[in-house]
Amino acid sequence: MTTPTPAVSGRRLTPSRLRISDVFSVGSSGLRTRVTRTALSALGITIGIAAMVGVLGISESSRADLQAQIAALGTNLLTVTPSGGFGGGDGALPADAVATVSRVGPVERVADVVQLESAVLRNDLVNENETGGVTAMAADLDLLATLNGEVAVGSWLNEATAQTPTVVLGAVTAERLGIVEVSQGAMILIGGEWFTVIGVLEAFPLAADLDRGALIGKPIAEELFESDLSSSALYLRTNPDQIDAVRAVLGTTVDPQSPDEVSISRPSELLEAQDATESAFTNLFLGLGAVSLLVGGVGIANVMVIAVIERRNEIGLRRAMGATRAHIRHQFLTEALLLSALGGLAGVALGVAVTAGYAGTQGWDVVVPPLAMVGGLVSALVIGAIAGLYPAMRAARMAPTEALRAA
Amino acid sequence: MSPRKALELTDAVKEYAGTPPVRALDGVSLTIEQGELAAIVGPSGSGKSTMLHVMGTLDRPTSGRVSIDGQEVSSLGDRKLSAVRSQLIGFVFQQFFLIDGMTALDNVANGLLYAGVPKRTRRYSAAEALVSVGLGHRLTHQPNQLSGGERQRVAIARAIVHKPAIVLADEPTGNLDSTSSEAILELIHQLHRAGSTIVVITHDVDVANALPRQIAVRDGRIEHDVRRSDQPISRTATVGHDSVVTT
Repeated sequence: MTTPTPAVSGRRLTPSRLRISDVFSVGSSGLRTRVTRTALSALGITIGIAAMVGVLGISESSRADLQAQIAALGTNLLTVTPSGGFGGGDGALPADAVATVSRVGPVERVADVVQLESAVLRNDLVNENETGGVTAMAADLDLLATLNGEVAVGSWLNEATAQTPTVVLGAVTAERLGIVEVSQGAMILIGGEWFTVIGVLEAFPLAADLDRGALIGKPIAEELFESDLSSSALYLRTNPDQIDAVRAVLGTTVDPQSPDEVSISRPSELLEAQDATESAFTNLFLGLGAVSLLVGGVGIANVMVIAVIERRNEIGLRRAMGATRAHIRHQFLTEALLLSALGGLAGVALGVAVTAGYAGTQGWDVVVPPLAMVGGLVSALVIGAIAGLYPAMRAARMAPTEALRAA
Repeated sequence: MSPRKALELTDAVKEYAGTPPVRALDGVSLTIEQGELAAIVGPSGSGKSTMLHVMGTLDRPTSGRVSIDGQEVSSLGDRKLSAVRSQLIGFVFQQFFLIDGMTALDNVANGLLYAGVPKRTRRYSAAEALVSVGLGHRLTHQPNQLSGGERQRVAIARAIVHKPAIVLADEPTGNLDSTSSEAILELIHQLHRAGSTIVVITHDVDVANALPRQIAVRDGRIEHDVRRSDQPISRTATVGHDSVVTT
């Protein structure tokens, strides 16, 4: 038997085909007619993706904020304090510490403070023992510049004011003493002497001790209180590339006789450690998001299996109208993909919204990694494809005669 | 050269596995000419449903040949069989099988979906088909807004929208009251007069008797095949189709 020529057969058969534009409308027809079910079955994916995007967004926003803080403060700050080791340390560093440290090549800046025994009081009516944890300190004029500190109100000490009874308050000190304004010439008592407040500083994230200080100039401290000012803390900035080298020699430089009585720290490391702690939590929540995504995928597979059973007659009809097995498979696969894409898009939107909301309350900039958004959508689609595969194959394998049997 | 036949079964056998195997179709040979209107009638279990499935390429015969519009189809694979169904065959079912949530127009347009016809053309042809079955005023109605008779009209419009070589109607009046049934039968006659080739599968002897040719089936065999003399086939051939010469 030969292939019939067109003259005999009248018609030349073209292969069954479904246009690309129709694949989508066919694949979405089941979703459009069952809106509630569509929404509910996409919800699992939405929650999973929202959790993942939200967690990544929040942790990234928080990290960006922390990084910005660290960058602003600089990672090249080292702090030297007496450790009070076995030598029965006297709680002070050698008197010439600033001079010796400044001779170390890569050290760009160094400044110290000296803790004073003198009590800081709001006025002469306050009991001398109620200092509120505020400490008087004599400070280098370089201190503010070394720490990248900022003045909140008033001004920092200068050559002139360092010699007069004037004081600049740390952020916490100002709050405890109830001083917000310096133009009125507020005065406080330090070691029984009246000092005029000329400035209040912003908080030092890298040197919180100073926030509880009342800082006066070294000359006036020497004149009024102690003749021997030995540093109780050294703050130094180094060349960022050589910070480890500087750190290694700092102990012996400061105190050659007993280097173990000197403790050296890098404050930015603390912030970085905080960052690391947060990422441990991030991983935990990411895991939870992944589990919920998986559950969402199982939900979609479940709904699709039910849809295939329910729509047996529709499958039969479509086969009778000329749909190939592949067309049926594509229809249900498209449906599962659309379902999961819908869930994924809603999840990304929700995740971004959650991030924006949380970052707003924290005063952070909103940072959602693009990778999290794209990754969220892609993983939703992958889950949808996997979830839709089995139901779609089942639908495609169904014999037309079986599918057309009355329910 | 004889004109090609709308449908031809040659010694078609369909056996279902089992102990003993069930022979639902036992060597059936049958020719449906172009433009013919025929009934395949038989009680349930006679094998007429199997015959419909084999004729409609929904199922392959165990042995024997099936050709539709001159094309041998019994050996074709799924893709080619689907192509045959999408272009050469129109189905009408007892349960209508309209897709809910889709207008009458779109349900009918679906008849052209798998032939790769663009949507605009599909809708245009669907509107034409709906007008030709008398439902020009129901284009945007959903299936659940239509009566049983109207639903079957939509299903018939869907079966003819792609101008198939043959329409196979499986108990088209089975779910309808007598008034709607008569109207559907009248519509079938009307389409037949306009040139369509239609085979109605039914258990209802009255329905069968209303058609020009009755093929009675029992136990998988053709019991008798009668053409009513008052309506010879040659008269049914109309303009636009090859005239049919009775052999």
